[in-house]
Amino acid sequence: MSSVGTAAPEQQDTSHGEETGLWSWITTVDHKRIAIMYFVTATFFFFVAGVKALAIRVQLMFPEQTLITPEVYNQFFTMHGTTMIFLVAMPMAVAFFNYVVPLQIGARDVAFPRLNALSYWVFLFGGLYLNSSFLFGAAPHASWVGYATLTMPEFSPGQNTNFWLIGLSILGIASIAGGVNFITTIINMRAPGMKLMRMPLFTWMTFVTSFLLITAIPVIGVALIYLGFDRLFGTVFFQPGGGGDPVLWQHLFWIFGHPEVYILILPAFGVISDVIPTFSKKPLFGYPIVVYAGLLIGFIGWGVWSHHMFTVGLGPIADSFFVAATMIIAIPTGVKIFNWIATMWGGSLKFTTAMLFSVGLVAVFTVGGLSGIMHASAPVNLQQHDSYFVVAHFHYVIVGGAMMGLWAGLYYWFPKVRGRFLDETLGKWHFWTTMIGFNLTFFPMHFAGLFGMPRRIYTYSAELNVDIYNQLSTVGAFIFGASAVIMVWNLVKSWRSGEKAPANPWGAPHLEWSIPSPPHHYNFPAIPEVRSREPLWNDGEREEILAKTMHEPDSEPVMPNPSYWPILLAASITLIWALVMTGIWWVIALAILPVIYCVFKWGMEPAFPEGH
Amino acid sequence: MASLVLPLLMMGVATGCAEEYPQSSISPHTDFAEIIHSLYVSIFWWSMLILAVVWVLLAWVIVKYRRKSEDEKPRQIRGHLGLEIGWTIGPALIVIAIAIPTIQAVFATQQPVADDAMTVEVTGHQFWWEFHYPEQGVTTANELWLPVDQPVNLRLESNDVIHSFWVPKLGGKRDLNPVPAVREGQDPKYNWLYFTPRETGVFMGQCAEFCGQSHALMAMRVVVETEEGFQDWIDRWFASEGADFPGDPEPEEPELQMPGMDPDDEPDETQVAAEDEDPLVALGRETFLNSTCIACHGVEGTAAQGVIAPNLTLFGARKTLGAGIMENNQENLVRWIIDPQGIKAAVAMPGTEYPGGNWPATGLSDEEVEAVAAYLLSLK
Repeated sequence: MSSVGTAAPEQQDTSHGEETGLWSWITTVDHKRIAIMYFVTATFFFFVAGVKALAIRVQLMFPEQTLITPEVYNQFFTMHGTTMIFLVAMPMAVAFFNYVVPLQIGARDVAFPRLNALSYWVFLFGGLYLNSSFLFGAAPHASWVGYATLTMPEFSPGQNTNFWLIGLSILGIASIAGGVNFITTIINMRAPGMKLMRMPLFTWMTFVTSFLLITAIPVIGVALIYLGFDRLFGTVFFQPGGGGDPVLWQHLFWIFGHPEVYILILPAFGVISDVIPTFSKKPLFGYPIVVYAGLLIGFIGWGVWSHHMFTVGLGPIADSFFVAATMIIAIPTGVKIFNWIATMWGGSLKFTTAMLFSVGLVAVFTVGGLSGIMHASAPVNLQQHDSYFVVAHFHYVIVGGAMMGLWAGLYYWFPKVRGRFLDETLGKWHFWTTMIGFNLTFFPMHFAGLFGMPRRIYTYSAELNVDIYNQLSTVGAFIFGASAVIMVWNLVKSWRSGEKAPANPWGAPHLEWSIPSPPHHYNFPAIPEVRSREPLWNDGEREEILAKTMHEPDSEPVMPNPSYWPILLAASITLIWALVMTGIWWVIALAILPVIYCVFKWGMEPAFPEGH
Repeated sequence: MASLVLPLLMMGVATGCAEEYPQSSISPHTDFAEIIHSLYVSIFWWSMLILAVVWVLLAWVIVKYRRKSEDEKPRQIRGHLGLEIGWTIGPALIVIAIAIPTIQAVFATQQPVADDAMTVEVTGHQFWWEFHYPEQGVTTANELWLPVDQPVNLRLESNDVIHSFWVPKLGGKRDLNPVPAVREGQDPKYNWLYFTPRETGVFMGQCAEFCGQSHALMAMRVVVETEEGFQDWIDRWFASEGADFPGDPEPEEPELQMPGMDPDDEPDETQVAAEDEDPLVALGRETFLNSTCIACHGVEGTAAQGVIAPNLTLFGARKTLGAGIMENNQENLVRWIIDPQGIKAAVAMPGTEYPGGNWPATGLSDEEVEAVAAYLLSLK
């Protein structure tokens, strides 16, 4: 890890960023370094969860196999989903928020650099805590949605579900802190002239996503606290025998869970809304419409949660309402797709790997969107719900949408991060093995589901006659797995010896390309002024901006101090939550002391070097 | 796009060819399933239309506008109001075309129940199905018998965690929720599934809501019979054992065999085997009725009146065993009685040598197991 700290060895100063070595990474408050740590950690967890997926696919390759016990299978699919959502897709998007947003808006860092570091460390420790459950043979096993009453102590004894609910609670802290940070950053730290309607789409979608984070995560927080009280202190929020209602859990979970889908997908939409114009040499078609569509998706996303619950028996009136709301949300999504195609129409398309992933997203996400419309229809949903058809659907949305978008962003922004290109040949291998492997894995699942294979089953009867679809999926999964290895190989190779990249290798229009690659730790020697949506595409404006951004400043801008309090506070937050497992109130109460101590020391520590 | 073959494949799926798939969700055999299927087919074709438009446009721009020279300077177009309105209204119209029949179907599939509908109370357990016919006074497990062309209204609830009743050829699934306790005077809230089977036959289904370790092995069969066949099954249910016994057809309130009690304490003298009976079956009956089995299992007309495990009346008429997971024959049944948890993880049933749930090992010898299996299979 420390080797990556040598990005700009010529700089040695006391403010954040440029020192090398492990300690500099532990104490860094530089948004760019935090972004790299987010990305590396999320990629690590991507493999952790991916290996579980491969184990699942091997078990399901033939009917009635017994390679994995049902209990281990349940732990694997539960942790596959939980990890992919909370430890891969979300933090990987946050990695891009961190790296790109301050650069796109012309800021030197995020609004709260130490809080940003805290978010990362809480995420890391929460993720390690959650996965440490495997060491105790007590990994969560009640699926990523954790429906009551299966999570109640009589049906899930032991610590498995405690690991899950506490782990997610810890991770929620990181998400809320991150959301607050990016909202504040985007509202307050834009360069002069960077009006809201001049912001690049990626920043816009980060903005919308951040609002979803700070509003949706507290809902699951409430649900998890109820669940924790039911499990550890004998309350009956979800206990039918005591008058509680298991369906309440489903409402709370999906009021969080559906905005969560947009938390995953909107950043990807943002990425390709920046990538497609760059490689088409054309501005985004219908910029305001694409922005409003994103906002609308964010808003309506709050009114569709019960489409996950059509089989629950809410009655025809509720079903009809959620049918209508869900179908309406398809319209802004469709509008975005047409706007991306219109951006390319008449353009000059260059199919770099970043562009391939973006176009690939438009092609395969559409499949996921359309199967989404099928089960937005409540009666049809009664057949497809909880079948492999739904497994196919949401992988088309989350892998074909969110992950493809983030990989597009990886190839797009890597030269900025490292000053070197990712290898384009390996990149094309990565893209095509992803496309083939992904479609081969998930397309046949539509058929398995239509022919009656439910999800979350560790085996299936030979009578169902769905072997062939499962075998195709298994083969596809290994190709898809290989694509991830190619990606990491490319990252390692290009990080060390990739072709050197200039400041604006793609001829892109936004501010992040106006500064050297890699950027100074203070990003902008002088803050540029913006007059349009594509400042680097307008000759006069570009020259003015580059005059401010491409020189060495006379005196270095003052940047915040590094700090080890974020990591210590994150550790003490993780500790207090972990101790909740004991269910002993005074142990938990005592563990508040290190948290208070860390907060106090954090507060007393000067944020900037002496004299500033 | 290499994946252009995929929608062609899907067309085949949408238009039938599903008979070799016994649990197919696109092969309707009830009014309920037909409503869903026709809706699915119409949405499927709308989806194919949209997909075709998007993919054709995408393929067109990819081919037509590929960069030929780095000097290209495409015209900078920022938008077009008419187009934006067009591709907002177009999809909106399609959405309306889908939403209207959808909402009609939502109400059609949750309509008020006809007066002559037959009610069956379905209770989900980890990991089996209980079917109680309140009008007939019959209780059975894992195989639901229904008369053809008779509207049936399933009342769904769960005894433990959430399950979901899904027999795809008979229609969509609905959850079996644990019903929250209510105050006096309030009605408990049950879920219902209402449909009319159109054809006789045996239909496969299984639990569709993740319910724990053996969720994958919580299957069932639905046997749709003619009116006469169904009535015959009801009659046999009452006659299977009870008819063999002289005297009171209503069995006395049984004393529950509690675990730990010596099963030899109370041989039931009233139960005398028919004269021409297989001695193995007779031995099996005696063993069964004197074992701890009957603390949980019931057999109509005998001292076995347990209610917490599947009712075994007419067991020999069942096609499958262990909640629809294997063929019901002597060999499989012997395996099951000896080692149920080896076949199906986390079932509450004890084996011959290990306890299960709150119950001790049955301690049956191999000969006794053979006999009990023969007895249970004789209940037809």
